[in-house]
Amino acid sequence: MNNISFNKFYRKFNILSLILIVISLVFLIFKGLNYGVDFKGGTLIELRTTDKTNNISLIRDSFNQMNLGDVSVKKFGNETDFIVKFEKQNSNDPEFIQNIKNKLSSSIGEIDFRRVENVGPKVSSELLKSGIIAISLSLAAMLLYIWIRFEWQFSLGAILAIFHDVIITLGLFSIFSLEINLSIVAAVLTIVGYSMNDTVVIFDRVRENLRKYSDIKIFDLTNISINETLSRTIITSVTTLLALLSIYLFGGEILKGFSLAMILGVIFGTYSSIYIANPILVALNVSQRTIVKEEEKN
Amino acid sequence: MLYFSKLRIVSVIVFTVIFSYFAFSNFIKFDDKFFSKNINLGLDLQGGSYLLLEIDNRPVITQKLQAKIIELKRYFKEKQITLKNFSLKENTISFETTNNEIENVKNILNDKESDVNTYYPTYKSHEFDVLEDGNLFSLNYSRYGLVLLKNSSLDQAIEIVRRRVDEVGTNEPNILKRGNDRILVELPGLDDPNRIKSLLGKTANLTFQFISQNNEESFGTEKLSFEDGSRDAIVSKRIILSGDNLVDAKPTMNSQTNETVVSFSLDRVGAKKFGKATSTGVGKQLAIVLDGKIISAPSIREPIIGGSGQISGDFTFQSATDLALLLRSGALPAPLNIIEERTVGPDLGQDSIDAGILSLFIGFLLVILFMIYKYRAFGLIANLALVSNLFLLIGILTLFEATLTLPGIAGIILTVGMAVDANVLIFERIKEETKNEKNPIIAFDAGYTKSRTTILDANITTLIAAFILFFMGSGPVKGFSVTLGVGILTTLFSVYFIARLLTSLYVVKNKDKEQLL
Repeated sequence: MNNISFNKFYRKFNILSLILIVISLVFLIFKGLNYGVDFKGGTLIELRTTDKTNNISLIRDSFNQMNLGDVSVKKFGNETDFIVKFEKQNSNDPEFIQNIKNKLSSSIGEIDFRRVENVGPKVSSELLKSGIIAISLSLAAMLLYIWIRFEWQFSLGAILAIFHDVIITLGLFSIFSLEINLSIVAAVLTIVGYSMNDTVVIFDRVRENLRKYSDIKIFDLTNISINETLSRTIITSVTTLLALLSIYLFGGEILKGFSLAMILGVIFGTYSSIYIANPILVALNVSQRTIVKEEEKN
Repeated sequence: MLYFSKLRIVSVIVFTVIFSYFAFSNFIKFDDKFFSKNINLGLDLQGGSYLLLEIDNRPVITQKLQAKIIELKRYFKEKQITLKNFSLKENTISFETTNNEIENVKNILNDKESDVNTYYPTYKSHEFDVLEDGNLFSLNYSRYGLVLLKNSSLDQAIEIVRRRVDEVGTNEPNILKRGNDRILVELPGLDDPNRIKSLLGKTANLTFQFISQNNEESFGTEKLSFEDGSRDAIVSKRIILSGDNLVDAKPTMNSQTNETVVSFSLDRVGAKKFGKATSTGVGKQLAIVLDGKIISAPSIREPIIGGSGQISGDFTFQSATDLALLLRSGALPAPLNIIEERTVGPDLGQDSIDAGILSLFIGFLLVILFMIYKYRAFGLIANLALVSNLFLLIGILTLFEATLTLPGIAGIILTVGMAVDANVLIFERIKEETKNEKNPIIAFDAGYTKSRTTILDANITTLIAAFILFFMGSGPVKGFSVTLGVGILTTLFSVYFIARLLTSLYVVKNKDKEQLL
């Protein structure tokens, strides 16, 4: 069995986590998130040019002439593919997209619109709202579940670990200006599930060991439990990361943001199960009496 | 935990084989009479358009309120109650009455049997909320009155939308209500939604009105501009005939002028009205007005009594076809706005499928190799469980004809990565148990029993996330939640039936060997 003294570094990593959370919150509050058209409204066009000499600035210039508000152009995968995003969306003019296409073909040659997303302001604010509700609801559901299954000290530890993962993942998205769209919400929810899953496995072991050893202090008991479940923790994160890496590298451009968020989430989720959830049990001074008292009540 | 009855073994095998067969029927055509289901591909994979339309009910509300004013005036006149100073402002009808009629008017408007302010017993509400201030009354649509109005306008609109989309002839369109003022139109396989968008963007309110002789706008006339924007004309507000009376419209060629025109035929009522109007109006110009714009204004040379006619006006064959289509399918009760559009071209969809399958294959391979490296023979067992898990998952998605989206494929790959977790938990537990227990059968049994609650806890948490995503998410993201959620169920099955069965067979056979795991 492994015998690594994880508990020696509780304090150091807690400070690191705290710093990361503060940095993330500062970025989230002052820089904010880079919302995609799903949440901000506007138009997204994925286009493919036939002329390989077309570059970003040429395409940006052509779009800028059309008076569409703030235009952003980015390469998307290979050199003939671009993603263009702009603020304007026109729901009253059904020929809006067609007109853009016509103007564009006359200035930069034949192009193909491979994907068009046009989201009005009402829909985007609704999507944002339901995204926030979905994430809050899942946090609440997790809290409820773990509250039923464990004692409150455990619930607090698990929930703080999840908050830690979600805040830092979103913080990284803010720092690197990565786009937040509907699939990122799905990724965040899955991260919540995964992080919880990982924490629950260790907590189950902590509880089992609390019953087994009455003379070991929680500080060492968490360390024993982490070590006992360590190979599982590593193997599962490795296989999950292998699958996610495969999506990131080969799954196409559209899934890149989603798989990146998941990869970050799995890494932080695994880390937080060890270094956030467990230290909280220590801080709350959980002992055999904590679980025995609860069981007597039932 | 390691004992399996014969019956159980057979049922596990049969179950797995059946669902694997379902899964394979997506890829190989078995030409089967019993099972001909397939996974649906989402719009992001097969290409197509997703349009969310919102009804702009404001004109309908104004129209209904104007009609209500006329109804109120007529109703109270019959009762010999004088109402005066009618006005319509911000969707509120207001009028005044004489001081001794206040109670009377109030009773009529608030009566549950009222003829002018319908009472809906199911909602315990009148159509209109009535407010009175002295002799000043004001009427507003009540909450439920508005809901009913919106619902009926949505019902009409969805019918018209369906007709228009069907006429264009796309394959298997999906048209659904969303809330009480939205319509979702999904058009699989449609590469270029522009034609449908412009067809749905038109209300197609067709009217025939005489052009006024006066050059000044006056009471009973309105100024309308021509479709091509070249000029304006003063048109009488009186509607001779509307699109409601049309029974057919089609594009034809006028043999005399060699122009493309839209010829139409009218129902009996329409033919009568049209005949009467054209016989009294010989020499006048009749404006053909579509959605407030004059298409053309031919002079009437002779009465048209046959109940059919032609609309001319610089049409191409395409625009004449579209106008005929719009007229045949009828007018929308209110304008529709496209508030969300997502279109994916078919080649991008194919690229996404290819990338999805490639990454599934690679992810799968990596996980399988890793498991064999970690657990040898038991890795193989876990992998067999993983393969059957994948077949079961795809089989179930096929059975329910679920819609597979690109994030859905990501969900399958993620399931592959996370599915081994349960077996890993069990194997690790068994390893621990073997330290104290020399009998492998007892150790394996204990490993399974002791890891059970942990596995359930761990999977339920992910299932909760999938559930919430399913109810809150939309479109492609919903597809992700479906594969993730179903994946958890198939994972539990493959771990507790398939992997456990294989493990028990292996352990019983090799029980005398040292260190099995």
